[in-house]
Amino acid sequence: MPMKIAKATFATLTILFLVAPLVAILPLAFTSSVILTYPIPSWSLRWFEELFFADAWRRAIINSLIIGTGTTLLATALGTAASLGLRNRLIFLRGTMRTLFLLPMVVPAVVLGVGLQVLLAGFGLTNSYLGVIIAHTVVAVPFVVVSVTGALAGIDERVELAAQSLGASPPTVFRRVTLPLALPGVLSGTVLAFATSLDEVVLTLFVAGPNQRTLARQMFSSIRENISPAIAAAAFLFIAATILIGFIVVLSRSILARRR
Amino acid sequence: MAEFIRFDRITKFYGALCVVENLDLGIKKGEFVSLLGPSGSGKTTLLMMLAGFEQPTSGSILLDGTAINAVPTHRRDMGVVFQSYALFPHMSVGDNIAFPLQMRGMGKAETGERVKRALDMVQLSALSDRRPSQLSGGQQQRVALARALVFEPRVVLMDEPLGALDKQLREQMQLDIRDLHRRLGLTIVFVTHDQSEALTMSDRVAVFNKGKIEQIGTPRQVYDEPTTRFVAEFIGETNLVEGVVETVQGREATVRLPSGAQIVSAVSGNVASGQAVYLSIRPERVDLSETRGEARNVLETEVTDSVYQGDHLRVQLQTAAHPLIAKLGRRSREFLPGTKVYAAFSAGDCRVIAP
Ligand SMILES: Nc1ncnc2c1ncn2[C@@H]1O[C@H](COP(=O)(O)OP(=O)(O)OP(=O)(O)O)[C@@H](O)[C@H]1O
Ligand SMILES: [Mg+2]
Repeated sequence: MPMKIAKATFATLTILFLVAPLVAILPLAFTSSVILTYPIPSWSLRWFEELFFADAWRRAIINSLIIGTGTTLLATALGTAASLGLRNRLIFLRGTMRTLFLLPMVVPAVVLGVGLQVLLAGFGLTNSYLGVIIAHTVVAVPFVVVSVTGALAGIDERVELAAQSLGASPPTVFRRVTLPLALPGVLSGTVLAFATSLDEVVLTLFVAGPNQRTLARQMFSSIRENISPAIAAAAFLFIAATILIGFIVVLSRSILARRR
Repeated sequence: MAEFIRFDRITKFYGALCVVENLDLGIKKGEFVSLLGPSGSGKTTLLMMLAGFEQPTSGSILLDGTAINAVPTHRRDMGVVFQSYALFPHMSVGDNIAFPLQMRGMGKAETGERVKRALDMVQLSALSDRRPSQLSGGQQQRVALARALVFEPRVVLMDEPLGALDKQLREQMQLDIRDLHRRLGLTIVFVTHDQSEALTMSDRVAVFNKGKIEQIGTPRQVYDEPTTRFVAEFIGETNLVEGVVETVQGREATVRLPSGAQIVSAVSGNVASGQAVYLSIRPERVDLSETRGEARNVLETEVTDSVYQGDHLRVQLQTAAHPLIAKLGRRSREFLPGTKVYAAFSAGDCRVIAP
């Protein structure tokens, strides 16, 4: 019994620790004051108005959506292809290759940022949407690889062999068997890629020009320039979007699972 | 009848490991051939090469007279049933069975008709809309079977398809598959390591050992006329007794046992007088009695143990030089340990096997 209480207390404290920053910032999104501090004089939605109607913020939201979508598509395609390739037992140094794909997860973002800036400059892609999308894709691909590899590992290889013996050519096996079975993993990868792009700041600082300011980047700079509660409103938006996406994933996974 | 499938000097290496060695095997159209052997003897590997999942290191596989080494799996037109069933988990039972028909571009109406017939055949019509995960092992097995048969493949390959089922269901499925084989005239290659399954179902049994076929023949031949020690021991239970050939007359040989007794036995291979050999005596062919009797081969023995096993009585005996096991019918009387009895068997009930 004391053990149970200890466990419950510890769990509660951990959760508090994790959500405390959110609890601190979120109420400020609804303040009527012009500065980001407590106490809140009265409730208002003015900062959401600011977010959607002030030019800088609106552009940032649109940029985040453009870059997030581009990154998601590119990273999902590349990450899925890489995971499929890594399944092949004949590949030379398969373990090493897999580690290489996960490298961007552990390499400091600053190092990647410098490298990407130099590289993209060489191709004339700095200050372009494509450049930012490429940079975000570099850090998003590992998440896709991890999640798709996991899903592929769960597929019984003999199911694919059976499909072949029943007359399905390799592309058909992929379309009718492998892909549908890996879909939950691909879906999670997609969401993780989008989320990665959404809150990526460091690489964006290095490779994006003023026209590609994303929401995260805009928050980052406005917190230094003027501490306006619009940041809190943006944070609120972020969290709402994250919860929404998470909800969609959980929902679609359970639908897929039921079809199983 | 002409040969339908031919393995022509097939060898398969995995790295340095030789899994199938210089193997020749011919299978006729409509024949049910079992590949029987211990774990790791290369049965699955041979089947996988026939299905096209693996390539032989050397040698060729012919189907209806043409080499198919270069033909990819999906064009070989063979139905494969895996031990794990390998059903598509994301499709319903009906869709699983329709899959091979869709791959052949069959129209919706005919596909539906054929799926229905296949489901009827395996008695699963009521479960067409279920997912494989919602079926019992035996039901999944029958779906796998229906899926492998629905497109009327030229050959059906089965790799221990009944391994995961309990005894009762397994015996039912054995009879079902044999029945389907007869009704549809299928050519079936069936892998198993269960000897009674192989004997029950097959037209011919190929006994595998270490990548080679030790013996191939009808169930009766491999059981009654084993040509090697391995086959005699692997199929059924047997008494193996060492001895030396004294004389050979046609299909019979006289063998002297270490105890001095002389046994007249049928011969399946080539043996010469003076050769050291094994005698294989099937326990259920041994009769016990307290009088010497008229049989050609009689051994003086003493009962050491006797166990009642429901359908038979298993008696352990000791002769002057070696132990002997006899299996007697249920109606046999009891034999108490210590009793002196005569063990008798005819020449046709034992075999001389060259070591
Ligand atoms: N892909 C592979 N790579 C390396 N060795 C393999 C491979 N597949 C099988 N082997 C080896 O080949 C040998 C024969 O395997 P195989 O699967 O044909 O045996 P089997 O007769 O089907 O046995 P079981 O009754 O256990 O299924 C085994 O020693 C096995 O370890
Ligand atoms: Mg096997």
